[in-house]
Amino acid sequence: MPSSDYDPASLPDLLPLYYRRLFPFSQYYRWLNYGGVQKNYFQNREFSFTLKDDIYVRYQSFTTQNELEKEMQKMNPYKIDIGAIYSHRPNQHNTVKSGTFQALEKELVFDIDMTDYDDVRSCCSAADICCKCWTLMTIAIRILDRALREDFGFQHLLWVYSGRRGVHCWVCDEAARKLSVAARSAVAEYLSLIKGGEETVKKVVLTDPIHPFIRESLAVVERYFPRYALQEQDILGRKESVDKVLSLVPEDILFTVKELQQDFQNEKKPESRWKLVRDQATKKQATAKKGQYFEKEIMLQYCYPRLDVNVSKGVNHLLKSPFSVHPKTGRISVPINLKELDVFDPFAVPTISLICEELDRPRAGEDEEKSEESKDKENEKDAAERRKIRDYKRTTLAKYVKYFDQFLDAMARSWKGELLRKSDLQKEF
Amino acid sequence: MQFMSRQKKLLPNSHTELYGQCLQFYGQPPLENIALSEFETFAVERLKLLKTVENLGVSYVKLSEQYTKKLDQESKNLNFPYRADADDRKSQSGPSEIEKRRKDHISHFILRLAYCQTEDLRRWFIQQEVDLFRYRFSYLSSKQKLEFLHKNNLQYDAISVEEKKALQDKLVNSSYAVSGITVEDQDFYKVPFQDALDLVRTRKVYLKAGYVYIPHQDIVTIILNDFRTRLSKALALTARSLPAVHSDERLQPLLNHLSHAYVGQDYSIQKNVGKISLEQIDSLSGKSFPLCMRQLHQALRENHHLRHGGRMQYGLFLKGIGLSLEQALQFWRSEFIRGKVDADKFDKAYAYSIRHMFGKEGKRTDYTPYSCMKVILSNPPSQGDHHGCPFRHSDPELLKQKLQFYKVSPSGISQILELVKGMHYQLACQKYFELTHNIEDITFSLNHPNQYFVESQKVLGGGKDIKREMDTPQRSQENSGRGSAAAREAAAAANASQHLAEMTEELDSFFQDA
Repeated sequence: MPSSDYDPASLPDLLPLYYRRLFPFSQYYRWLNYGGVQKNYFQNREFSFTLKDDIYVRYQSFTTQNELEKEMQKMNPYKIDIGAIYSHRPNQHNTVKSGTFQALEKELVFDIDMTDYDDVRSCCSAADICCKCWTLMTIAIRILDRALREDFGFQHLLWVYSGRRGVHCWVCDEAARKLSVAARSAVAEYLSLIKGGEETVKKVVLTDPIHPFIRESLAVVERYFPRYALQEQDILGRKESVDKVLSLVPEDILFTVKELQQDFQNEKKPESRWKLVRDQATKKQATAKKGQYFEKEIMLQYCYPRLDVNVSKGVNHLLKSPFSVHPKTGRISVPINLKELDVFDPFAVPTISLICEELDRPRAGEDEEKSEESKDKENEKDAAERRKIRDYKRTTLAKYVKYFDQFLDAMARSWKGELLRKSDLQKEF
Repeated sequence: MQFMSRQKKLLPNSHTELYGQCLQFYGQPPLENIALSEFETFAVERLKLLKTVENLGVSYVKLSEQYTKKLDQESKNLNFPYRADADDRKSQSGPSEIEKRRKDHISHFILRLAYCQTEDLRRWFIQQEVDLFRYRFSYLSSKQKLEFLHKNNLQYDAISVEEKKALQDKLVNSSYAVSGITVEDQDFYKVPFQDALDLVRTRKVYLKAGYVYIPHQDIVTIILNDFRTRLSKALALTARSLPAVHSDERLQPLLNHLSHAYVGQDYSIQKNVGKISLEQIDSLSGKSFPLCMRQLHQALRENHHLRHGGRMQYGLFLKGIGLSLEQALQFWRSEFIRGKVDADKFDKAYAYSIRHMFGKEGKRTDYTPYSCMKVILSNPPSQGDHHGCPFRHSDPELLKQKLQFYKVSPSGISQILELVKGMHYQLACQKYFELTHNIEDITFSLNHPNQYFVESQKVLGGGKDIKREMDTPQRSQENSGRGSAAAREAAAAANASQHLAEMTEELDSFFQDA
């Protein structure tokens, strides 16, 4: 898919177009309103905008979808962050008695950033990503998605590409939105296996018994490990990498390391070398009480998701909004369809310049679309709306908005149930 | 929040309903009328029970056989409920089970008033109430435990045997403490993960679809945490309603008395008066005084003076060990004169307060030597003071130096400092006793400086004969302690009815849950 070259300097021209004709406001509002089940949920939500020249404004809030649209079209923010639902309207927080203005609820969020893996990826570093290391994100999403659904029972998860070097997860279940700080941090720690920073060599230590969560996560890692680590990252290829891997074998099993180093003299193929490592580990598991799971620990250290607990802990933490633009890359923060996860290509994600360009290009089959839509929607919406709906559909953004719609449909079923329950309690008919 | 309908007089039926279960979370305050004498009696008796809980917790492993037997005994003696299967049998003499539970309910709420005021008091109260709850909960059958959970809206259901079998591997692999046998033998409960965050955070439990699966052995921890949290919040709320309570003249002295009361042997009745000579005090201070009094004595000798707090704490202690009034006057006078005070000034200013301590002046006879709790909790020392509890009030560095100066071994010092770090001040003092008397394990639990002195003299009096006799004197001391406490109670009740009209007034205004 051809990507128009994006130039950050063109943002001031592209953003107005984006916010007037492409940003999916009605879906966005539908999401954040959560079916109107709780009063003032949308009105008390904090947004923050980063404007031109890095001007940052917090505590933005809006009473209606229309107001949101008008403001965004007026301000043309470079970046949009979503914060918490507060006790009062954020844009009136200065009028509230100090101490009473409080963050009450927010989605449970996770932020996976590729830079946190710099010590275990050899292809890129810092803000760069490539198709080789992107597998780390795939692994992270699979592991965390499974755990959040099966272990914690959450159902409404929105995974979003951050636009440059990572992914975010928004857990939108009602129970998740109501979690306390302590609960959020407990969830994040349950999901954390990598401990230690610059100073720590060995970042994963497993002890008996191995918790079912770890077993499930290992199963995912093992699926991707041969191709990702042994081939693409070639961790058992160059001597430097080999040494790094062997440094993760516990010191009291030093004998093992020496043996392996010798064996590696004769065996050059990565897969075979790894088999040697596994065989050693199996031997140790039969006898040793400690440090016997080193081959699992190696796999986890190279592949297991690294999340920033601080992002997940705070109820008031602001996180980049879906459908926001990444100013440096121009890419739109699009939702990721997990059904197509293995083929997701971050470099195929549309940039703002691409979709703006696509707006002007007539698309094949558009006439067909036009007539169908006239039949369905002519009496319901006015012409401008119709045009707007057609607008994003003409671009590569369409499929992502469609997926977002499906996500919202699934949630809407639970809102409906809630509204019914509430009206029953109040005896409204 | 729902309240029971207010009634001026409660029918016996509603008592049966309210107190249908032996154990409760104390969620709702009592709403009935209660006589003032009952108010104080209930509170004092619960305080005794909690003190016993504290002492037993120090001397025995919680829920061990000795622990539960002794706590059973105390509960029985004080007419508190203690067995889950006890029915309301009229055949027993004394109060019925319902009456015991009512007393339990009311006394808990009264003590909340007394113990919500400071962080230290709250911590102590919560700790003893949690331990008491744990002990009572252990008596419930599995079925009763489930009933209790349901009645208190704790959504913990036990999973079926089939489900247990199906999850067996996962359960065993989730926790180091869970084996195949655990799964077979014990019930497992489904608990929402938000109620078990510590287990989730450390991944010590099996988690599925938002529920953790906890074996019976661990469910108590969850419930206790729940109880502790609820009580902590309730105490914070209670503290807010205190101004209203304190404005009531009848209750304020009672509540103050409760929060500082030492219930038990109070050393107010002097024994061995005159048996100790003034010349012995210096050597006694090194051998048989607890650290707080040794410190005060040393400060007095060095500075020839002590400020008011120190004079009270030390002076009453000396009275307790048997100094007569004449001896005391001589003792203080001779020391103060060496300092900046001349004989005249002493007679005018200080002698009066010493006579006061001995009940020879004024009306109050309440000057009993301070218990450890009183020393630790009230009147913290400030600059220039030497009173208080060194384990509680001294900077650990200074405490260490002091112990070194008193020739305590380095390993002993670190043991003491560990206990201090864990806020076990009385245990630290016990350790000090053991180290200075060269004993392995003392047989008493320390809660009074004069007790320290008496026990020390026993040990130093030495010999096997004394040791065998030690049990009997202790018991007789406890009895006399109870005797004197009972006498005090009667006096207090008499006072209550003497000075205050016995009015019945509604308590609910004092127990406002927000």
